[in-house]
Amino acid sequence: MALLHASGSKVSSLKEKRSLLPYLLLAPGILWLFTFFILPIVNLAQTSTQTPVTNGDTGSYEQTFRFANYIDAFVDNKEQFSRSFIYAFLATALALAIAYPLAYGIAFKSGKYKNLLLVLVVAPFFTSFLLRTIAWKQILGEEGPVISVFRGLHIIGQNTSLTASAFAVVTGLTYNFLPFMTLPLYASLERIDPRTMEAAGDLYANAFTTFRKVTLPLSLPGVVAGTLLTFIPAAGDYVNAAILGNPNTKMLGNVIESRFFKIVDYPTAAALSFTLMTAILILVTVYIRKAGTEELV
Amino acid sequence: MADASSSTRGDLRIVNVTKSFGDFTAVDDLTLTIPEGSFFALLGPSGCGKTTTLRMVAGLEEPTQGSIHIGSTDITHTRPYQRPVNTVFQNYALFPHLSIYENIAFGLRRRGIKDVKEAVNKVLNLVELPHLAERKPVQLSGGQQQRIALARAIVNRPALLLLDEPLGALDLKLRRQMQIELKWIQTEVGITFVHVTHDQEEAMTMADTIAVMNEGKVEQMGTPADLYDNPKTAFVANFLGQSNLIEGRIEGNDGDNFVVDVFGQKIKINKNRSHAKDSSVLAGIRPEKIRIQPAGTAMSGNVLTGGVISDASYIGVSTQFQVEMPWKQELMVFEQNDDGVAPLEKGDAVTLSWEPVFTFALDGREDAFAGSEVHADEE
Repeated sequence: MALLHASGSKVSSLKEKRSLLPYLLLAPGILWLFTFFILPIVNLAQTSTQTPVTNGDTGSYEQTFRFANYIDAFVDNKEQFSRSFIYAFLATALALAIAYPLAYGIAFKSGKYKNLLLVLVVAPFFTSFLLRTIAWKQILGEEGPVISVFRGLHIIGQNTSLTASAFAVVTGLTYNFLPFMTLPLYASLERIDPRTMEAAGDLYANAFTTFRKVTLPLSLPGVVAGTLLTFIPAAGDYVNAAILGNPNTKMLGNVIESRFFKIVDYPTAAALSFTLMTAILILVTVYIRKAGTEELV
Repeated sequence: MADASSSTRGDLRIVNVTKSFGDFTAVDDLTLTIPEGSFFALLGPSGCGKTTTLRMVAGLEEPTQGSIHIGSTDITHTRPYQRPVNTVFQNYALFPHLSIYENIAFGLRRRGIKDVKEAVNKVLNLVELPHLAERKPVQLSGGQQQRIALARAIVNRPALLLLDEPLGALDLKLRRQMQIELKWIQTEVGITFVHVTHDQEEAMTMADTIAVMNEGKVEQMGTPADLYDNPKTAFVANFLGQSNLIEGRIEGNDGDNFVVDVFGQKIKINKNRSHAKDSSVLAGIRPEKIRIQPAGTAMSGNVLTGGVISDASYIGVSTQFQVEMPWKQELMVFEQNDDGVAPLEKGDAVTLSWEPVFTFALDGREDAFAGSEVHADEE
């Protein structure tokens, strides 16, 4: 009886260990998220409602729960706010237009060069993001190849330049986030059974209808993933606007950056960060709902 | 269906078609006529060119040479969607993002057919799955997916339905059931079915006519009974069922029969069943046609003496014997367990006999094992 009891408790302690295991496995991740995401965000939330200490030093703030900070921050930066979303949207649309044919070609038409092409898509990551962005100054600059072609084709006037412009910022954003668009698109195109496309042809669909009715719907999870991975970081980006833009192409990221580091206006920067985050969350939620790809992902 | 495309109805004719992939010739100067309304099987081991042939008819591959016609229309260079041909793909290739209803309606919608709903419901009833219309393909079992793939194709009433190993992914029991069902559906809809398979039993169960393919060529074409009873090549003799092929020489004539010497014993072979090119022959006899008796029993017909049972396996309906002959060849004998006599055992001396009409003769220079190894691989 005692033996039975002992073995019984052994089993139950084993069970307890088993039920703890998932939590143990999750612990490092949870700890990480708690320390580097939850705590900072709580801190940011606190900062966003602070006001300057009366007669205090620059950069010293106290908690006064002034929610009007949000309204002030938004009203002061409406322009940069909408610009961020317009640029991010344009860059996402352009990246999709470039990446879809590219991913399609790699997935279905590249034969033995498939792996090489995939490496080439990722290859830019081997050099610094900053350097690659600065390189676009040269590419679009007076000595570069783009401007002469544009001028030759009379797309732009002889005195118009491409650098320090909205065009340059959107180009930079498109370029920098292109791999994030291409890879998920490739992954979801590559997963499509080519026989379903053959079947569409067999069932009287021409190449265009096959694409519209079969290939595109089946690649939607990739389109959704790619556009999110491009749009979200692009909307918060400030490097491209800082390097390739001018004072009239500032994005919200640039405002937050200067509020934090130059003006030391922490509450406004924090309020802007929160507003941006909320806006992106709402947009993304609506987008995923609309795309209706939950069951396909 | 009385539609305007009557000129694209009729026999399928494949004329001198060759398909090469680089150095490899998948289909080699193939000429075939498949009569309208028939259930036709292309049977052969993997790599024999049967699937390539099917894909060329579907328009998914273009012939390197030759032409393909349906009725009086040359379809060799038309696009798949322009052909009155539909395919049941090997792994069904159902559209995973569409409901069963929309999968079946796909072809109808592309052609702008009006009564989509009625046609889809009718074909769903034909395959006995009307309750699954709103499901997605992943929610269906293999057998159900197979039927939907069939329904998606036949709903279009094509001149020609191509089936690429359609039952390959199903388990044995379901496969048997679907064989009968497919045959029934073919009779019901009256469409020409061209069925590609490596399973000889499947081909024989369903097809009116079978073309046995090997290395890009048709070895022999005929009814299942024809191919089984009167194979023209060792490949066909071994690929369809099993055969004993014994080396021999034609020594003379006896009315309708050749007299053939096999290792000193004389047997008769009907001249209609001889495909020998000269006096050197492979005498063929199916294992189940042979009677086996203890040595010394008087027997009629073609008789071979001097055998010793080297192996006997009892498999219920029959017993399969391996009999070693004096010339060291093992012959296979399948004996029905229906006579209640004392069973023969390993080591017993036996005499074999069979009716001369069951014997066939092949060209003596053929490889007696052609087709038997590939068959073993496939199973």
